[in-house]
Amino acid sequence: MPIASQRTMRFLGRSYMAFVFTPEEPIIDWLAQLDSWLARSPGFFGGRPVVLDLVNVKLHKPGMVHLVACLLERGIRVIGLEGADPAQLGPDLPPLLSGRAVNSNELIALARPEQPAAAPPKQPASLLIDRPVRSGQSIIHPEGDVSVLGSVGSGAEIVAGGSIHIYGTLRGRAMAGHMGNSRARIFCQKIEAELLAINGYYRTAEEIDASYRGRPMQAWLNDNVMMITALN
Amino acid sequence: MGKVLVVTSGKGGVGKTTTTAALGAALAQAGETVVVVDFDVGLRNLDLVMGAERRVVFDLINVIQGVAKLSQALIRDKRLETLWLLPASQTRDKDALTEEGVRQVIAELRERFDWVICDSPAGIERGAILAMRYADAAIIVTNPEVSSVRDSDRIIGMLDSKTERAENGSRIDKHLLITRYDAGRAQRGEMLSIDDVLEILSTPLLGIIPESQDVLRASNVGAPVTLANQLSGAGRAYAEAARRLQGESVAMTVPNQKRGLFDKLFGRRAA
Ligand SMILES: Nc1ncnc2c1ncn2[C@@H]1O[C@H](COP(=O)(O)OP(=O)(O)O)[C@@H](O)[C@H]1O
Ligand SMILES: [Mg+2]
Repeated sequence: MPIASQRTMRFLGRSYMAFVFTPEEPIIDWLAQLDSWLARSPGFFGGRPVVLDLVNVKLHKPGMVHLVACLLERGIRVIGLEGADPAQLGPDLPPLLSGRAVNSNELIALARPEQPAAAPPKQPASLLIDRPVRSGQSIIHPEGDVSVLGSVGSGAEIVAGGSIHIYGTLRGRAMAGHMGNSRARIFCQKIEAELLAINGYYRTAEEIDASYRGRPMQAWLNDNVMMITALN
Repeated sequence: MGKVLVVTSGKGGVGKTTTTAALGAALAQAGETVVVVDFDVGLRNLDLVMGAERRVVFDLINVIQGVAKLSQALIRDKRLETLWLLPASQTRDKDALTEEGVRQVIAELRERFDWVICDSPAGIERGAILAMRYADAAIIVTNPEVSSVRDSDRIIGMLDSKTERAENGSRIDKHLLITRYDAGRAQRGEMLSIDDVLEILSTPLLGIIPESQDVLRASNVGAPVTLANQLSGAGRAYAEAARRLQGESVAMTVPNQKRGLFDKLFGRRAA
């Protein structure tokens, strides 16, 4: 008892990366689209935090509860809502989040609390990975580019706020422009990717022209359509 | 101070236990003191391949729980006096393996032996992580097929993050051992080529062990293949891998199709 009462309780703030879903009406169609995505990448969102941005849909409370339940059925757990009317919320719905883009300097400062970030760099820092990224590993860099000196294995993934450069074979997933940057690109020495995504627009392995396999390529967005071209 | 090796793979049935026994025996034949440790609690196998199943009294978990002393649980090989086995339990609960217990046992073995070779269970769960936890080096056993290679890639990632060495900021040495290599099937494109496997895993190659009936025959008589049939393709390939582990540079031979063809002709004539 005395030991416990001497301890002061601390509540630390911490930022997390989450996937943001922005459903559109009709919701039935949006869910069907999500289902076809999940059929190609089963379990992709399992265990990952998801935020539901409801700006594009007008839902009352029962509609929101139903939508959250529909996602849960698909193994997707909603940790927070955005763009919803606060009057409609209640204890049976996830809390409303203030939609503020996460600042990568803040993430770095949180990761190393002992070194206060005195002069945060103006440019988003790029991240260099000087070894292969192995199956099951996930590199998440919310702002800036990621370069990998090696291959990205099947079942591995790179998520970057900026562009992704892979000086090896891309066999796993690459998601560039993750925080809403449609100018981000993906480059790799050899493509055998499971998934390419830029700013949420994606292509799965079957949708990548087989003639590119094993060749150097780049992917970019042209009016929200992903383009893939050989680099040589 | 001895060297601690983990023989690991992710996938089951690829040849970890066969490899542990064969390399352990080959190193002991070269005069080194060796202990092979079975981490596959509940599915122990190494005692059978070593031909010591009827001599198991105490096991790794007994030692960890303080029921037996290490010296009581260690079994000396009947053929090679510098080769020892620390068996796993067939009956006790996997959860009885604790991180602290494993650390103490490995530290004690490291004092007593030149080589401590840990036979990992399949999977990427607790048992596999405990088997690799205190290793200095890893032998990643891979068959030349897509699912085995992908699991090995996953295990390599874990070797770089979940081992004590990785946590201390240093790296664990990694050696790739391709086993059950069938030259005929590789030629027909039914298996990945050696080059494909090396390209995907980008890890230094320790050896290539051919698919061979001699492995099954050896395990049926309870002897590591390096003892049961030293002149077989698999026996020789394992012996060469053991010399590479000792730091010798031995030219790498790909088990070639000529020998495969010879086997086929011989087989036909005998039939
Ligand atoms: N080089 C080989 N040629 C033929 N059979 C092999 C070879 N290596 C292993 N085997 C067989 O494959 C099976 C699984 O081997 P084992 O060493 O028990 O794998 P693991 O410990 O990885 O589960 C056993 O029946 C073994 O005899
Ligand atoms: Mg085994």
